[in-house]
Amino acid sequence: MDKKINLPITEEISQDLHIGDFCFLTGEMYVARDAAHKRLMELIAEGKELPVDLKGATVYYMGPSPAREGRPIGSAGPTTSSRMDFAAPTLLDMGLKAMVGKGKRTPEVLDAVVRNKATYFAAIGGAGALLSERIKESEIVCYEDLGTEAIRRIRVEDFPVVVVADCHGGNLYESAVKEYKRSANSH
Amino acid sequence: MREINVKEITSAIKEMCITVNHDLSDDMKDALKKARETEVSPVGQKVLSQLEENLVIAKEKTIPICQDTGMAVVFLEVGQEVHFTGGAIEEAINEGVRQGYVEGYLRKSVVGDPIERVNTKDNTPAVIHYSIVPGEKVKITLAPKGFGSENMSRIFMLKPAQGIEGVKEAIRTAVSDAGPNACPPMVVGVGVGGTFEKAALLAKQALTDPVGLKTEKPAWACALEEEMLSEINGSGIGPAGLGGSTTALSVNVRSFATHIAGLPVAVNICCHVNRHTSKVL
Repeated sequence: MDKKINLPITEEISQDLHIGDFCFLTGEMYVARDAAHKRLMELIAEGKELPVDLKGATVYYMGPSPAREGRPIGSAGPTTSSRMDFAAPTLLDMGLKAMVGKGKRTPEVLDAVVRNKATYFAAIGGAGALLSERIKESEIVCYEDLGTEAIRRIRVEDFPVVVVADCHGGNLYESAVKEYKRSANSH
Repeated sequence: MREINVKEITSAIKEMCITVNHDLSDDMKDALKKARETEVSPVGQKVLSQLEENLVIAKEKTIPICQDTGMAVVFLEVGQEVHFTGGAIEEAINEGVRQGYVEGYLRKSVVGDPIERVNTKDNTPAVIHYSIVPGEKVKITLAPKGFGSENMSRIFMLKPAQGIEGVKEAIRTAVSDAGPNACPPMVVGVGVGGTFEKAALLAKQALTDPVGLKTEKPAWACALEEEMLSEINGSGIGPAGLGGSTTALSVNVRSFATHIAGLPVAVNICCHVNRHTSKVL
């Protein structure tokens, strides 16, 4: 089912989302990947304040190519989410409400999605040019020294994603693959 | 003897870095189109349509097909009659990568040290493989490699007794573990034989073969490609891992002689953005 969603994602919105829903997101989200997550976790371990407000936030696991003149951002498809699994449960427990990336997550992350009534979306990996066009603004929030890995705030319009893990415990990567697995006797 | 100024290598590599990241080869485009026509899952069809639309936008608006514009892998086949002038060939190659990635607005994804991890900010150094061949030409093949799929690649040191069944199991394991992480539909490069590093190199080279290439390989390799492609597409993983009948676009096998005691198998997985281009100077 196709759904248009205005960010931020709330508990009510999360409860209304189910695996396999195609969603078009409009609003603001953060962009962060490996090195930024490492820094955020170090700050948390030291009990320091974070440079981002996690309450109700959506994070997009992405590192863009540089923007050409007149454009907000370059190619901007998702990176593999599992590399952020070490940080995701902590960030979800601190208020993060949605993640956009690609690929499987650990049971610990999926449990945290359910526990916090959050949602894990996939954007289509390798569709960086198409996704770039749905990003209307981009600014660096912090960690500019990390280059493509800096934390950004972006504004998206009708950004296409699919719900791959919902707060009801659904996991599309498990269920869809089973549905289309050719049985041994149909070879 | 033929003299070639290394500046020619630099400018060829610069231009190749930019074009290969904005426009896929025709065999890959055709394979994606065919996949969309045969995909059984509605969600899978939707994903494949997005990927085709993405290719059109990338080319028309000069936005890289994928934000991971890769680590530059360069194969340089040098005719033995060639004499390079004007500087060191390795530096000329890296200068081409530097110019291509900086001036072409491509992402700089390389860190100078695997543990300290400071970005080199110009995507150098490239990974370079040289070979000396007869003649007086130079063939450059550039294949920037994204790491979503590179991370899911595997090497297996099998026992000879495991034979072709062992090779199949190795491919099955790598593809199944890769799942949605490798951005399917993928291209599966398989290297069979040689030594530890030779198998990996064969697998990488196999990714630069055109989809469906069936020449210059043994009959068992052709049969293996067909059988494994069919089996992988029956795995259910599907486009973007969201379920469907298109998990791989091609399985490309290369093989080499090996030792009486061994059967190395490398599986190098590439996403649907399988970028490679060649130029002969």
